[in-house]
Amino acid sequence: MIFESFIGNLATLLIGIAVLGYVFRAVGQRVTQNAPFFRDMPYGVAFGYVLGLVILIWLVWGFMQSRSEDPMIANKFFFLGIAIQGFIGFAIAAWLFRLLGRAVGTAGSKKLFRSMPLTASFGILVIIIYIFLAVFAGAIAPYGQEEILQGVAANIAAGGDPALGGHPDFPLGTDQIGRDIMSRLIYGAQNTVGIAFVTTVLAFLLGGTFGFLAATLGGWLDQVLSRAVDVLMAIPSLIFALLLMTIASVWSATLGIPLTIFMIVIIAVIDSTRVYRLARAVGQNIVVMDYIEAAKLRGEGLGYLMFREILPNATAPLLAEFGLRFCFVFLTIASLSFLGVGIQPPLADWGTMVRDLAGFINYAGFAPTASITPLLAAGAIALLTVAVNFVVDWMLHKSSGLKE
Amino acid sequence: MLVTIRDLWLEGRSDETWNPIINGVDLDLKKGEVLGLIGESGAGKSTLGLAAMGYCRDGVRISKGSVSFDGIDLLTASAAVKRGLLGKRIAYVAQSAAASFNPAHKIIEQHIEAPTQHGIMSRADSEQDGMALYQKLRLPDPDNIGFRYPHQVSGGQLQRAMTAMAMSCRPDLIIFDEPTTALDVTTQIEVLAAIREIVEEYNTAAIYITHDLAVVAQMADRIKVLLKGDEVETADTRTMLSAPTQEYTKSLWAVRSFERPLKAPVVAGAVPVVAVKGVDAAYGKVPVLHDVSFDIHEGRTVAVVGESGSGKSTTARCITGLLPPKAGEISFGGEVMPADYRKRTKDQLRQVQMIYQMADTALNPRVTVGNIISRPVQFYSGLTGGALRKRVDELMEQIELPAADYYNRLPSELSGGQKQRIGIARALAAEPKFIICDEVTSALDQLVAEGILRLLARLQDELSLSYMFITHDLATVRAIADEVVVMKDGRVVEQGPKHDMFTPPHHAYTDLLLSSVPEMDPDWLTNLLADRGVDNIGDAAVDKM
Repeated sequence: MIFESFIGNLATLLIGIAVLGYVFRAVGQRVTQNAPFFRDMPYGVAFGYVLGLVILIWLVWGFMQSRSEDPMIANKFFFLGIAIQGFIGFAIAAWLFRLLGRAVGTAGSKKLFRSMPLTASFGILVIIIYIFLAVFAGAIAPYGQEEILQGVAANIAAGGDPALGGHPDFPLGTDQIGRDIMSRLIYGAQNTVGIAFVTTVLAFLLGGTFGFLAATLGGWLDQVLSRAVDVLMAIPSLIFALLLMTIASVWSATLGIPLTIFMIVIIAVIDSTRVYRLARAVGQNIVVMDYIEAAKLRGEGLGYLMFREILPNATAPLLAEFGLRFCFVFLTIASLSFLGVGIQPPLADWGTMVRDLAGFINYAGFAPTASITPLLAAGAIALLTVAVNFVVDWMLHKSSGLKE
Repeated sequence: MLVTIRDLWLEGRSDETWNPIINGVDLDLKKGEVLGLIGESGAGKSTLGLAAMGYCRDGVRISKGSVSFDGIDLLTASAAVKRGLLGKRIAYVAQSAAASFNPAHKIIEQHIEAPTQHGIMSRADSEQDGMALYQKLRLPDPDNIGFRYPHQVSGGQLQRAMTAMAMSCRPDLIIFDEPTTALDVTTQIEVLAAIREIVEEYNTAAIYITHDLAVVAQMADRIKVLLKGDEVETADTRTMLSAPTQEYTKSLWAVRSFERPLKAPVVAGAVPVVAVKGVDAAYGKVPVLHDVSFDIHEGRTVAVVGESGSGKSTTARCITGLLPPKAGEISFGGEVMPADYRKRTKDQLRQVQMIYQMADTALNPRVTVGNIISRPVQFYSGLTGGALRKRVDELMEQIELPAADYYNRLPSELSGGQKQRIGIARALAAEPKFIICDEVTSALDQLVAEGILRLLARLQDELSLSYMFITHDLATVRAIADEVVVMKDGRVVEQGPKHDMFTPPHHAYTDLLLSSVPEMDPDWLTNLLADRGVDNIGDAAVDKM
């Protein structure tokens, strides 16, 4: 019954929008006396305008609901309210940041900020904040990441309102054994982001070098490397990583090398296969250029060819891949930690934090401040991923624009 | 009037501002008339041609003026009205047919799209009509060629198939955008003859865009000359050719007059700088060269002429060592060189330098001009610091690009001719005795190309360099060569001093090549067709050999 009425409502809504779209275009044509904008507007575009408007109205309505006096209604729209507030807040912050960038700095950086879209300045702002938090975690975090606070209750809800199970000293609450969530989030930036960065760099060193080597030399070396990479890529990467991590946990105990080192190497090797493929493909397009032929005929060595002739022309796609790969590595580490073989407790890690507190997500419908605890770490992951992608998009756009 | 353009201003967006492309050009075209649009690259020919269809590419806008087609104002017409015109009454033939056909559909599928979409003909009728058009354009096997995919037919045939496609709705106006620029001379002449015939037969008006004056002389009733978006002059073809009024037009006409003085014959018994002896070469198992032999003497230019696929560039690859020959040897100053470039010494590599056709791909786009030139100097002579900089400045002086202005630029900040000069400087930096010039002027405008040829000639006289000049343009051969080698299908057909080569009697193939080069005389094509017959020109004639 519920499902049927849902379908019925959706159908009514879509038909309504379809009719409104037609009316909107017709009225537009009448009122503006066939201005080209309305005259040449395809029906799909008119439909899109009305659909967009309906969604916008629903968002505004939902936001008002989230401010409702009745907690039953307000709780339902709690996350929507936060999302809208966050969206607007970040948009304003990004805009101010761009204004700042345009006013302060060298002529080059000012020019950069002038042509920067808002998404990119948002991305850069977020990345700067993360870097800042990661570097100065020790100074910023109010408590230690491993510190179980004596005399403080476990599972304090976020929000700092005692009536809802919060505590003003712990604005983001405490976890299941009474550690401060905010401190752990800040240290998590250091651990997760730092390790992910090192891993990605290692993956690029490996994959990039071998990829360019295969592209430049070709022949049997290319065959051997490429088939080896094919074999590695044929195994599902997360399961492969899990397997290797299980083996490594035994070695790490006998050899006395921290498991984290093993994790970095394992993920770097697995991810370097993707980098290899890209570097080889990009490299192959570059080695056929006449300037490479000219350099070969000059008698230049392999190192010069790879790093002075090919690399500068491959930076744009590699940089874009770096951004994406960083996100994937980061998510892999979070997944491994979530599964219990990644970054080991008591080190704070966002993936582990989501896993440890995952049970609270069930309370989302009626006690949003309690359920937000695991989602904070997940949100931190999501925010960084989105930010990095925005910056990468912008860089790609810029580098392809320069070529014209 | 079919097309009337009044005071048209077009702007293109770059560096966040709108820059003028066309500045207030007027254009009139009667029914059945062919208008030639000529100018250098960047003159706005193509943009103007597209604007005549009421179309602008992305990043281009019409800022002022009017374009009307048969009384319809194209700039204010609705999208629906324009859809009814484009393809049906106005058609477009692009420069590269290979890039303009969709590789995933058969040729005839693409041909019938316009007539069936516009509801002019049924599918079956349109297919029949397509075959009739293919027959008229003298495509081989007209009943079946349409059922092939674009990659299965040659470039010249594809260009004719595209012309047939433009004709499919019998439009009133066709825009030809450099339809023969990428073709060999023998292929070009066939396409030209086909286009001219079909345009005359259906009394179609056409705008023919090209940078080749000799081509436009054959095709157009009237010629309009553009320079950087401004109209220089317009006149009917014969008046324009015999009595141009503007300085710029005169300079365009004069380009082809450059010719080097005859040199004294080579001293008998002199050791050639480069000797190619009995070279056979193959790509994998496909043989490409058969018993190629010729000598290049000091201070001489040997032009290697032939169509694409004749083995000109492969010969160059054998000399440089990129493709070790199967048989035969290449000696340098009397000394036999290792076949593979990897086995050659640094000094042997230094002696042979190359200048490429596409300066865009020959210069690393991420390296500055100064570094491009200084690398070979440093690599071969070991100069560093001030001495290196001084040598680079000297080289840049030689190619007439002052180091003060150009040292720190990237290749993307240079024009085509300037890039080619940097390529020359890079070759000179190695202080070679011998330079291979692979179609160095074919991607350049005629005025710029002439500048490059003059520069090369001057450098040859100053440094007594030897050139191997690969080209398919016989005008270039006439300008710069001392000796000529004609190649066909990987064999040397004929060779000898330039003077002998350009005076009859010729080898049959050389004769065909020479006779296929368009001349400025507007009656040239008509006379040639009358002389030889329509089936005896171009590739058809080559096939008969």
